[in-house]
Amino acid sequence: MLPLVGTIYFQSLMALIAVLLIMRVIYLMRQFWLQSLSRQHSIVDQINALLPQTQCGRCGHLGCRPYAKAISLGERINKCPPGGDETITNLSLLLNEHRHSLDPAHGEVLQRAVVVIREDECIGCTKCIQACPVDAILGGPKLMHTVIESECTACDLCIEPCPVDCIDLIQLGEPELLWRAPEAGKTTLIGSNL
Amino acid sequence: MRLFRNMFANSKLRKMAGVQSIAHSTPGGITPHLHKSRSLRSKIMAIPIPPHLLIPLQQQQGTASAACVKAGDRVLKYQKIADATDSTSLDIYAPSSGVVSMIQNHTTINPAEKEQLCIFIDTDGKDEELAEIDAIEWQTLTREELLPVIRNAGICGMGGAGFPLPKKMETSSNREIHTLIVNAAECEPFITADQALIRERSEAVIQGAEILQYAINAKHCVIAIERSKGDAIAALSKSISHSSVEIVILDDKYPAGGERQVIQAVSGKELQANKLPADAGIHLQNVGSVYAVYRAVAESKPCISRITTLTGEALQTPKNFEALIGTPVSFLFDLCGIDKKNHAKTVVGGSLMGIELMDTSAPVMQSSNCLIAGSLAEFPDTIPEQPCIRCGFCAEACPAGLLPQQLLSYSRSEDAQQLEDHGLFDCIECGACSYVCPSKIPLVQYYRNSKEQLALSQEVFDTSKGWQARFQDHQYRIKKLKDEAEPRTAIKPANIPSAEEKPQGTFSKDQAILDVAAAVSRVKARRKNVIASSESPAKPIQADGEAET
Repeated sequence: MLPLVGTIYFQSLMALIAVLLIMRVIYLMRQFWLQSLSRQHSIVDQINALLPQTQCGRCGHLGCRPYAKAISLGERINKCPPGGDETITNLSLLLNEHRHSLDPAHGEVLQRAVVVIREDECIGCTKCIQACPVDAILGGPKLMHTVIESECTACDLCIEPCPVDCIDLIQLGEPELLWRAPEAGKTTLIGSNL
Repeated sequence: MRLFRNMFANSKLRKMAGVQSIAHSTPGGITPHLHKSRSLRSKIMAIPIPPHLLIPLQQQQGTASAACVKAGDRVLKYQKIADATDSTSLDIYAPSSGVVSMIQNHTTINPAEKEQLCIFIDTDGKDEELAEIDAIEWQTLTREELLPVIRNAGICGMGGAGFPLPKKMETSSNREIHTLIVNAAECEPFITADQALIRERSEAVIQGAEILQYAINAKHCVIAIERSKGDAIAALSKSISHSSVEIVILDDKYPAGGERQVIQAVSGKELQANKLPADAGIHLQNVGSVYAVYRAVAESKPCISRITTLTGEALQTPKNFEALIGTPVSFLFDLCGIDKKNHAKTVVGGSLMGIELMDTSAPVMQSSNCLIAGSLAEFPDTIPEQPCIRCGFCAEACPAGLLPQQLLSYSRSEDAQQLEDHGLFDCIECGACSYVCPSKIPLVQYYRNSKEQLALSQEVFDTSKGWQARFQDHQYRIKKLKDEAEPRTAIKPANIPSAEEKPQGTFSKDQAILDVAAAVSRVKARRKNVIASSESPAKPIQADGEAET
């Protein structure tokens, strides 16, 4: 071994190993840098993706994304009534925070719902249109307004400004499923039990 | 492709020797008792016309059709009574002549016993047909002329899943198809409709296959059938002597006839879960649908009936019927001599993938291939499920190569990510895992529920994305309006007196004194305000929100 140390082969080998090591270190550093960069940029997005996007403002913010930003800066995660326990659970898993129950100051857990304008009574004041955070109400001054049902988030921000109280919140209830999870001792699928 | 080439290489030789191609083997599967012989004893029977027909407006996966008749109209046989609304809905034709009595909701065959809009026809028994249309020579038609004929015949897949044929043809005609596979593998217990059809009308089936092959421009056409159906294979071999259609023999097991299983058995390649058969250059069609295509093209008759198996221990004479779409299930049961005392359960479909039907006034649909009036001995009451003992039988039986027990635990804990990672959407819901389970766990029902839940949460996620986008647009719009409004107020502040009050070029001493006094009083007032606010500082207005643009 010893007589080999001085040879050109040994030196070039060492140089090669050194170059490879340096390249590896640079690669790892770059990976780490990229990762931290993406993490920084996307934490608000990640929180935002878990929020229900009703834009109702019950949390005290203007919409879901502002609340997501506030959470990323340390705000409590239990201020979203439309999301309910599910959103709190998801957020606590993402942020590794304690799973507080919903803050009652911001309202109770909300179910799926939709808002409907009683069109005969509408006077066309456009106040609800201005209040709608997702532009889901159609209409013009002194003309009847109506809600685009598929776009309505049921935030109920339009109900309070209406001067003639012609807007109703309609609960949709649980969505109907074709297949229910089997209850103990009761199945509807035949094949399983032949 | 190479596998295909090998398979078809010396097809002529094979045909001359009377030997058919043998399919590749597929993983998993079970061999249940088939209960098929009873319903195969007699020939296919044409049924008498029932007094009432109720035709559901949606018999297939997709959207419902729109009725184009109203209550009180008299309709003739083969007259159109509902129009397709898009490519996944079908034209519907009157199965017999009579008067439309009403259009209203009625229970139909589906797992949740949901009601659905049906057209009720009081038949008059005359069976008057719409003016006879001459049968067309399909060989003389071009492909572009042939496709609409098939599309307008109102056919959906008759294998059980009920996929609309127009949609499938549309997908296939947009891609390059090299093989048409006619699926004659009817692996589920009790069902014999396809076997009976081939046995008696193999010529029509082969012609239908040729029509379809021509319509989608496929190079090869094969019929996949299991080894045990000797009579059907014999009938087919006799009919294919003048055509290029091939017979491929599949193994006798369940599920040999699943879409992905047939493709794997014929081509030797497994189809990915997110791929359609058309992506692999294959068009797969059930025999019943192929026969319906033959009727639609060669006889110019739209789809108004299907061959349905009636069987079960509670029926005295089980047989196959050519049943009109919309015939109440109870009417067919009465024809077979139902023993009401022995009748415990009504099952639609086979015993493995079928669903229980509570209300036998529900009508026969295009996808109802089998109706079973089962006795208690055939379908005993369910025993409560026992805990999973991790025996692993289900993993051996799974034709998709999944791990059913893992999926079960994730389904119970509603772990969406793990369910997707373990290939829940590869599950073809064949029920082989539930069949072999010694703990009698209804595994497939868990998976079906989970699939639906996942689809629902995906839908919720998609809508919330839409809301988010609209919210951002709204914010952007508001900000833009504000930005546009600001310059105007800057040009003309409210507190500067207008030009009329203070005419330019004139100057009066009295006016100047008044102006100075007013200015002094304004400054005093402002100072007072400043002192007052420094003593009790007003709460700064916090703007939580921000415009995301």
